[in-house]
Amino acid sequence: MDRDPVIRLRELKKTYLVSEREPGLRAALASLVRRRRSEVRAVDGISFDLRAGEIVGFLGPNGAGKTTTLKMLSGLLHPTSGEVSVLAHVPWKRDKAFLRQITLVMGQRNQLVWDIPASDSFELNRAIYRIPAGDYRRTLDELVALLDLEPLLAKPVRNLSLGERMKCEIAAALLHRPVVVFLDEPTIGLDVTMQRRIRAFISEYSRRTGATVLLTSHYMADVEALCKRVIVIHHGRLLFDGDLSGLVQRFTAHKTIVVQLRDCAADLRAYGEVLSCEDGRQTLRVPKAETARVTERLLADLPVIDLTVTDPPIEEVIEQVFAQEAA
Amino acid sequence: MRGLADLYLQQLKTGIASMLQYRATLVIWLIGSVLEPLIYLVVWSTVSRSSGGAVGGYGARDFAAYYIVLMLVNQATHTWVMYEFDYRIREGMFSAILLHPVHPVHADIADNLSSKVVTLPFMAAAACGLAVLFHPAFHFAWSAAAAFVPALVLAFLLRFLVDWTVALAAFWTTRVTAINQIHFMAVLFFSGQIAPLAVLPRPLQVAATVLPFRWTIGFPVELALGRLTPAQILSGFGAQAGWLLAAAAILRFAWRASVKRYSAVGA
Repeated sequence: MDRDPVIRLRELKKTYLVSEREPGLRAALASLVRRRRSEVRAVDGISFDLRAGEIVGFLGPNGAGKTTTLKMLSGLLHPTSGEVSVLAHVPWKRDKAFLRQITLVMGQRNQLVWDIPASDSFELNRAIYRIPAGDYRRTLDELVALLDLEPLLAKPVRNLSLGERMKCEIAAALLHRPVVVFLDEPTIGLDVTMQRRIRAFISEYSRRTGATVLLTSHYMADVEALCKRVIVIHHGRLLFDGDLSGLVQRFTAHKTIVVQLRDCAADLRAYGEVLSCEDGRQTLRVPKAETARVTERLLADLPVIDLTVTDPPIEEVIEQVFAQEAA
Repeated sequence: MRGLADLYLQQLKTGIASMLQYRATLVIWLIGSVLEPLIYLVVWSTVSRSSGGAVGGYGARDFAAYYIVLMLVNQATHTWVMYEFDYRIREGMFSAILLHPVHPVHADIADNLSSKVVTLPFMAAAACGLAVLFHPAFHFAWSAAAAFVPALVLAFLLRFLVDWTVALAAFWTTRVTAINQIHFMAVLFFSGQIAPLAVLPRPLQVAATVLPFRWTIGFPVELALGRLTPAQILSGFGAQAGWLLAAAAILRFAWRASVKRYSAVGA
């Protein structure tokens, strides 16, 4: 069963022209006459497909081209070259039929009216998206229940906390039940509990509606909880597209072995790099290819009470991915 | 059409609710709206008295009538979309607006109308107050009153579309305030705001007839005061309609170009 992709990108590129100027008065005067401009390749030929119902993590360091890509996918930016299709529409043409089916939530942007209660902004969105009254009521009730919005609805938006506002922003962005959802840092600046809530909500929304979700986040917990598949870009180029576990496999050369012994007396340096030792619990880093052999030797040589083999945390992996690229 | 009417209604409600949040700002703004025409009124009444009772066919009480009506017309047609656009571009708010499946001009018109709903009763009260103080010479005629309403609606739409199009400059330059300043000066001179057009030198009068600004303020004011002949009224409506069509066409073109630029440059 190979359905057409909901989102399709081929060799997508976006180049910005930016003004440049040396510091100092002389350069300032010179720039009056002649502006120097240079090209910045924000997105440099990326291709991928997303199928209906997928939740995909879109990762990369700051300035990697994530937001530029999301803006091209939602029709806010015109690509310099390449092809892009979302729900069989060319996004930058901004057809009304296309705009009614998508949403873009940007963590620090504000689409709620500041001075009035969020529920009034919801009503405004109902009118903007021409949502039939029955559908609106149903979706709103669902969103209010899932995001626990009831106590917030009557407060002016400016009186809400950052997390409360984000919840309302997300609700406002989903009232028209978009089938494609672009989320740019939806949990930025939120506390851990609120992050978890938003994460659970996104997963539930996608499950209930079958929506396709492309999500950027700096919090790996978001990605681990939501995305089986991740796409990593750096300097506008695609570095990786595949399962999260595949990312770890591909970009980590080491595994971590935690061995519980009776005390820290045993010297394990012969087995691998000792990262820590605490109450007989030693953490070793070993080359991935050596893991099985080292584990076997540890169990044979020492009075091991417990032993676990883990991958390094995903943050570390991502850090390594970006570092490798930079090197 | 029903969808659009619903959008206007909802935006109107939202606009009114937002305005009522800031009572102090509202009061300060209202004082400003009364003070400006009041200053012109006092200056021109003084000039007319010192020039032997009339300037350009306007006596002191005629000036009072002119500026009281002008205050109301200006209030009804005034917009602030330039500041709004400048703010939206600087704060990166256009992305959210462009994601909506509806032309943003509708939300802006409805928002503007909401301010009229809130401020018009106060302005009407201020007009009554000024009438008591300055004894304006009104010549009421039913025909003029009947023609005034469509003239005012056309004036509002024309002024709105012109201002909205000029405001699009915010997409092209970050120094949009300078452009606004030039635009405001043009409105001040050619709309009949700084003085009734009959008082101005001939070349300025001709320019005012050719430019759109007179048809957004001066024309409905003179119409309400019974200063226009039926032929002048008819040609005024013609000018309003012509400019309105032209403004809508230019807006359409300029909006497309602006969005194209925005989507090339990003924000």
